[in-house]
Amino acid sequence: MKLSENWLREWVNPAATIQEIADRLVMGGLELEIEPAVTEPAVGVVVGRITKAERHPQADRLQVCEVDAGEGRLLQIVCGAPNARVGINVPCALVGAKLPGGLAITEAKLRGVESFGMLCSAKELALSEKSEGLLELDPDAKPGEPIEQYLDLKDNVLNLEITPNRGDCLSVLGLARDVSALFGVQIKRPNLPPAVVVGHQQVRVEIEDLADCPTYTGRVISKLNPKARTPDWMRERLRRSGIRCIQPIVDITNYVMLELGQPLHAFDADKIGSSIRVRRAQAGEMVKLLNEQTVTCQHRELLISDDQGGIALAGVMGGSDSGVGDATTRIFLESASFAPTAIAGSGRRHKLFSDASYRFERGVDPGLQRTALERATQLITQICGGEVHPISQVGRGTPDVVTINLRHARLNQVIGHEIAAKEVETLLARLGIGLRNEIGNVWLAKIPSYRCDLRIEADLIEEVARLYGYDRIPAKPYLAALAPSRPQEGRRSAMQARDLLVSRGWQETVTLAFVEPRIQKLLNPQASDIVLDNPIADHLAVMRTTLWAGLIPVWLYNRQRQINRLRLFEVGVCFELIEGQVRETQSIAGLAVGKALPEQWGSAERPVDFYDLKGDVTALLGPAAADFRFEPAVHPALHPGRSARIYRGAQAVGWIGELHPQVIQTLDLPDAPLLFELDWAAIRDVRVPAPQAISEFPSSRRDLAVLAPEAITADALLACIRKAGGELLSKALVFDIYRDASLGDACKSVALGLIFNNYSRTLTLEEVDSATAAVTQALARELGVSIRQ
Amino acid sequence: MSDQLELLQQQASAEIAAAADTRALEQVRVDLLGKKGRVTEQLKHLGTLQGYERKAFGERVNKVKEAIIAAIEARDATLANAQLQQRLAAETIDVTLPGRGDQVGGLHPITRTIQRISQLFGELGFETVEGPEIEDDFHNFGALNIPEAHPARAMQDTFYVMNGARLLRTHTSPVQIRTMQGRVAAGKQPPIRIICPGRVYRVDSDRTHSPMFHQVEGLYVAEKVSMADLKYDLQTFLSRFFERDVEALFRPSYFPFVEPGADVHMRWGDRWLELLGCGIVHPKVFEAVGIDPERYSGYAFGMGVERMAMLRYGVDDLRLFFNNDLRFLEQFR
Repeated sequence: MKLSENWLREWVNPAATIQEIADRLVMGGLELEIEPAVTEPAVGVVVGRITKAERHPQADRLQVCEVDAGEGRLLQIVCGAPNARVGINVPCALVGAKLPGGLAITEAKLRGVESFGMLCSAKELALSEKSEGLLELDPDAKPGEPIEQYLDLKDNVLNLEITPNRGDCLSVLGLARDVSALFGVQIKRPNLPPAVVVGHQQVRVEIEDLADCPTYTGRVISKLNPKARTPDWMRERLRRSGIRCIQPIVDITNYVMLELGQPLHAFDADKIGSSIRVRRAQAGEMVKLLNEQTVTCQHRELLISDDQGGIALAGVMGGSDSGVGDATTRIFLESASFAPTAIAGSGRRHKLFSDASYRFERGVDPGLQRTALERATQLITQICGGEVHPISQVGRGTPDVVTINLRHARLNQVIGHEIAAKEVETLLARLGIGLRNEIGNVWLAKIPSYRCDLRIEADLIEEVARLYGYDRIPAKPYLAALAPSRPQEGRRSAMQARDLLVSRGWQETVTLAFVEPRIQKLLNPQASDIVLDNPIADHLAVMRTTLWAGLIPVWLYNRQRQINRLRLFEVGVCFELIEGQVRETQSIAGLAVGKALPEQWGSAERPVDFYDLKGDVTALLGPAAADFRFEPAVHPALHPGRSARIYRGAQAVGWIGELHPQVIQTLDLPDAPLLFELDWAAIRDVRVPAPQAISEFPSSRRDLAVLAPEAITADALLACIRKAGGELLSKALVFDIYRDASLGDACKSVALGLIFNNYSRTLTLEEVDSATAAVTQALARELGVSIRQ
Repeated sequence: MSDQLELLQQQASAEIAAAADTRALEQVRVDLLGKKGRVTEQLKHLGTLQGYERKAFGERVNKVKEAIIAAIEARDATLANAQLQQRLAAETIDVTLPGRGDQVGGLHPITRTIQRISQLFGELGFETVEGPEIEDDFHNFGALNIPEAHPARAMQDTFYVMNGARLLRTHTSPVQIRTMQGRVAAGKQPPIRIICPGRVYRVDSDRTHSPMFHQVEGLYVAEKVSMADLKYDLQTFLSRFFERDVEALFRPSYFPFVEPGADVHMRWGDRWLELLGCGIVHPKVFEAVGIDPERYSGYAFGMGVERMAMLRYGVDDLRLFFNNDLRFLEQFR
């Protein structure tokens, strides 16, 4: 909201500069910026009256005017504006004047005719962004008066950002009240005698539910002058508030709204019925609004209706058929109190944001309606003439008095600082809050009707704190009164997992949790996506079910920037619908692509492969790695021969593998990345170390080379060996794989190391040999694997 | 005789000096001191001598022998050293070549910032807790004193899912609601001292807004928690986070779930920069979770992680955090 400084000072005028006022308001909780009323003031511009206007002899579009600029003689000025005509007052830049933008006015000859000045538009005076023709001034403007004085341009605009609780500040009056409280200076209330009622025309008003509309006042004003003009002083104040001038009646309702905070609406009384009703809309009821938009009501919107139907969306916008226009001579002026709950939905639902709904949503003083109606009546009769008719008032009339108990001890405790009772009373009195002492250091506070936001003790504590000054509250060192938490040693934090991957060369990423539906469908076709009702873009329309959907775009983004080797990981939540319920899973996932190692001189170059990734994943499983199995399995997005599902006991905890060639083709990807994804909650717990006794005796090793069909996995070989090796076998490992055409089709040679050991003695040669023999026999018998000699 | 010894010593010296390597030197040693060596031969003459002559000759031969041994040892050391030097020279590598293997990766700056914030608050007794990102209306709005028609709902545009039945949390504040509810359900009374870092979502996307960003929520509930406590804890945190005495300014502000509410600004060059919002927990929030607002009071605060990271590391474009350009991320290693 923007307001003129001079306007504010008419209401309250502390001995302070505008910057001092602004600083005090900011520290009182009102965010604002100060802007000059005109960015660049013009110098040497006065009111001029056109006394003669004739066609330029040499130019069709130009006129030669004679202008009375209060200098005692008439000035000849050539002007190109189409609205230049005899009798109007316009800004006149005299010779020697300087206009915004640096234009200096000199005597000139335009197509052979001498010109002693320039007639100006609003834009030329930096009063608006654009303008059509000369800025026409009031007929009673005095020629020769400097424009700066005439339009009161030595002014600033306060651009306020009012928090939603402070609806009471959305007016000159409201702001003046806070300035008054912050500076301890009285408000000057203008004299407002009730208008003299002459006529007896009335519109009958009914309210369906007082909860929606506690008070409705209105009055007819007839015999208005349709040729009336909004005076320049009002135009200027509206302009400084960023409100466009439309028509005197509308301008006056806007002016009063800015001045007092009460939104008003004027109906053309000849276009509405003789009675109106404030009621909720029926489903499907349509109202055509002032902005030419027709809304269809579906949610019991609050309407003003006559016997023909809705004539306004209450508190939001009037109807187009009942609005005032250039020919209007009789109006019904509405000044009502609508409940925030009755208004808030309507505007937002239909994406309608008006100054009225903005105020009603934040709470308009329920005791203000009559005052605002009288103020508007006063201005209308001043400006448009007319005959005033009696006020129709329905509803509660005066609002109920709100009182709140305020305990001095509680106030001091919440603030954490002792504020003397006397000071509390003074501060609240400045806000118009009267305190009455009750028994036991309790006050009974009487809340003025305009402070709809003050309803509980905490509200008053805040008022005291902000007027007292937050900066005066001391900082109090914290004294621990907490039981320390009992962290589990066996539960790893996600930070530990991140640090581990980082130390192994992985870069963490943070991607948006919404992803492209098409990519996700390919990566995780079985999962049931959670779709956003209101996505910001089509490619960010579903919540991720897999972190891969975020990692693949990061890979491509970096690849476009010539970074081809990537180890990317992310720790984040994935979202899935399981039987209609949202399930959030904390996942940890990675994508590896490019060479196994960064380009370097000392290692042979080769692409990263499954086993590089598996090494990192195994490291990630940490001390619990032995509890996990990697089983060949089919995942729709992974290469069926190069993927594994990871199990911890019976629980599936994740996947590892190469992206499926078909997915690569469909997405037109440049390379085959390796991926893993693990359910963090399923892998984070490890056991607390429980070390066993270590053997003091030397171990013996036997190496075997076996010829195994490709289908026999390393896990199968090792499981068979462990079983057959019995207690003496302390460790078995694969240390080489060899493939050669001479080995026969689909066969591989696997080199195995067997390590035998015992805790209590050195094993004999015979024991080791016989255990080895048992292993070779079992391999042959159970897996059909032969020993290579 | 003595001339012969002298000659032998001279010859031996010349031979030892001439030995080019340890093998040649060994040959020289055998020639001189071996069983049939020339010095050994001289000792055989001892038998032909008597008395004083024998003793004198023996002493001379031994002297020569010792001198030769010493010379051989000295020569041996010289040769061994030369050999070692030669080997060392041959084995010299270019130590300026880069080391082998992978580089280390790095944490994302957001993670790094959250970790730092969590650590600093952890030292002040705050426990880190997390909560769901898909929330219901009650936890995200209702319990936080933001009813349906409240204008504060327009302050933050919400992403909805499941036809409006659920929403993506617009702030981390629902975690304080869930934590307090959980404690109450478990029959545990305050104190509660937690921070809740996490992702939050708002329908907003431009140069300074991302539809997903991160917040850290803080909550302290105990008997007699006051604004003075809030000021101390935040002031302390900010000074530690920025590693200097931060001049913090608390200005009145409005958030429906706190009262009194404040914005915290810090001096940044010649202006005040808004950092975070905070305040005393609103009694309605306590009522919504079943904590007695008469017995307990609390404070809450919420800060944007991206903003803290941008200030701390001097990043001026929010989008850099979510583009995940390696050339940017690598600078946080």
